[in-house]
Amino acid sequence: MNFTRKHLLGIRELEPGEITHLLDTAETFRDISRREIKKVPALRGRTVINLFFESSTRTRTSFEIAAKRLSADAVNISVSTSSVSKGETLLDTARNLEAMAPDCIVVRHSMAGAPQHLARMGNAPIVNAGDGSHEHPTQALLDALTIREHKSRIEGLKVAIIGDVLHSRVARSNIHLLTKLGATVSVAGPGTLVPLEFGELVEQGLRVEKTIEDAIEGADVVMILRIQRERQDAAFFPSMREYAVHFGLKPKHLERAAEDAIVMHPGPINRGIEMASEIADGGRSLILDQVTNGVAVRMAVLYLLAGGGHAELDEKGH
Amino acid sequence: MKLLIANGYLVDPAQGINTGRDLLIEDGRVLGVLERGQERPGGVEILDATGLIVAPGFIDLHTHLREPGAEYKETIASGAAAAVAGGWASVCAMPNTDPVNDSPAVTRFVIERAQRAQLANVFPIGSITKGCGGKELSEMGEMKNAGIVAVSDDGHPVPTAGMMRRAMEYARGFDLTVVDHCQDVSLTAGGVMHEGRWSLILGLRGMPAAAEDVHVIRDCVLSKLTGASVHIAHVSTSGGLDAVRRAKEMGLPVTCEVAPHHWTLTDEALAAYDTNTKMSPPLRSRNHVNALLEGLRDGTVDAIATDHAPHHADEKNLEFDQAPFGITGLETAVGLAFDLVNQGIIDLEQLVRLCSTNPARIFSLKDRGTLAENAHADVTILDPACEWTFDASTSKSKSRNTPFDGRTMTGAAVATIVGGRVVYLNPNYTRITDAKHRQASAK
Repeated sequence: MNFTRKHLLGIRELEPGEITHLLDTAETFRDISRREIKKVPALRGRTVINLFFESSTRTRTSFEIAAKRLSADAVNISVSTSSVSKGETLLDTARNLEAMAPDCIVVRHSMAGAPQHLARMGNAPIVNAGDGSHEHPTQALLDALTIREHKSRIEGLKVAIIGDVLHSRVARSNIHLLTKLGATVSVAGPGTLVPLEFGELVEQGLRVEKTIEDAIEGADVVMILRIQRERQDAAFFPSMREYAVHFGLKPKHLERAAEDAIVMHPGPINRGIEMASEIADGGRSLILDQVTNGVAVRMAVLYLLAGGGHAELDEKGH
Repeated sequence: MKLLIANGYLVDPAQGINTGRDLLIEDGRVLGVLERGQERPGGVEILDATGLIVAPGFIDLHTHLREPGAEYKETIASGAAAAVAGGWASVCAMPNTDPVNDSPAVTRFVIERAQRAQLANVFPIGSITKGCGGKELSEMGEMKNAGIVAVSDDGHPVPTAGMMRRAMEYARGFDLTVVDHCQDVSLTAGGVMHEGRWSLILGLRGMPAAAEDVHVIRDCVLSKLTGASVHIAHVSTSGGLDAVRRAKEMGLPVTCEVAPHHWTLTDEALAAYDTNTKMSPPLRSRNHVNALLEGLRDGTVDAIATDHAPHHADEKNLEFDQAPFGITGLETAVGLAFDLVNQGIIDLEQLVRLCSTNPARIFSLKDRGTLAENAHADVTILDPACEWTFDASTSKSKSRNTPFDGRTMTGAAVATIVGGRVVYLNPNYTRITDAKHRQASAK
């Protein structure tokens, strides 16, 4: 199956075959980052704009490096306040950028649906780099790539996702992707952040557990979510101390997981709160592998959306 | 000049009429209902309503006309034009304007603007509290003298039970129905849609149905305490409707309305983040929609109201979180109500009850909601067979924020008569007025 969509807005709308194709493409790009000369001409002459309305180090850098390793020109724009404070709408900002003929716009925004809004109203291919509490598709893809790398499969795995599920776009995209590819997912955390009805997010393969112990029981993969202090405009739990005691991942929890269980975290980590340092830095932690795979996944996404196919034809034609 | 609406099928539940009758009008009042074959008076202008339903003028209990203060969204004149184009002879204007209709001066301004427009009747609703602030009572008595027909802080649910109790006790003395937008704001803070599967999928902050339920229950309890007439605006939840049903069983003076979008669409309509699906209360999930349909079927729902809430395209063309709540509704409500008839959920007589008979009763609008002798000559003429497609670009409203653009419906209001004047006639129905020419040439 090929990936023929114009945009990558979320995982929910993707077919399992499209996800696998994205992952397979990413795998072929992973080697490029291991070479001495980490650059291929696939997107030479193409322009990628990283339009970030929300602060980000990891994701923005990852997209920028991905674009550059494909020889695209990457332009980074942080619009946290600049244009918005002048009263310009999201759509006007995007239309102005589109007038400069980019081949792809990577958008991060604090509000769910912002990339969909741009995709509907604009012309350029849009990559969702995280929109509010909605989706973060490239994060789920890089997580899946990491799992596949270490478990050689997704199907049949048991994955536990622990923490602030309610506000997490990472959790949503991961749940969609993992259940589409045949894994079962258990989520757990404080009741305020893991509502019972969260199980309705997908048709099957998702369970809401009462305790993190229940969720981790027998898990092949344990994903820990970041406590998003910036999204917590109301108190969802009494204190960070209480959270760390009752919901932070500690070595004793991992005893319940599968013997060869791996631990993941989308970063940045609040050490000692959602995850003990000895786990983050321990042998089961794949946190840095995730970051490495992030570049490969974003190379694949940019290649497929920003006209990579055509570039390849050009190469052959010359 | 007398006007005879001839050959139509008269549906007036208030008089128990549901058969072929002619309607005779003079000087803005109903002169009488003529039986078929009864001798017609001479010197009358004739409207030919052959094949059409002749009903008492429809009354929308819930309209936002935006003037004063937001004339770029809607004016009283443009809103009234949209109203009559949709079959509404009368609209009740919510007070959340700028300034709020919390004083007789604003009430009089609204009435004067409406009189100048000479389209729909506009009945102002005064605010319950000053500035809809939820803290101090508005001058309900003075506003009543100036012409308000009810009180409401619509859009701003009266926050505390204590304030609502005072409001009900005070309003009761002036025979003013208290209309409440039922929503416990402590449960909906930051919410932009119904809380449920789709809010989880879309990552948007949800407003739980429970927020409406607890508020409706509170108001029903307070109605019992105070004896005040309470009208629950735009009920959208199964629990809210149950509370109204129980209140009615207990004999409490509680009524409710439902808006067409709430029985027509579910929260799945938000899947593409279209801000024209954003309103408050929000589109609910299927189980709530089914409960509303059941409430319409069993008569728990007293009225169909539009909650016409125009917003400028620039305001709606934003991120979903940023866009304001509300959609237009005056020109689509009757077509969507006919869906209920076509699906066998209600009959035509109940449609008229929901859009005219009951609204007139709920706000005690004297001599309206019926075509009895000496009633105001407000008439809505319907064609149940008219298949039509709503084109928002031709809307009479100044705003276009509707999820129903391009929707095809069967059944429409084709003419609206207010105070004996034909203020709207569907351009495809010239035969209605052609009758008078035929009459003239026959002489």
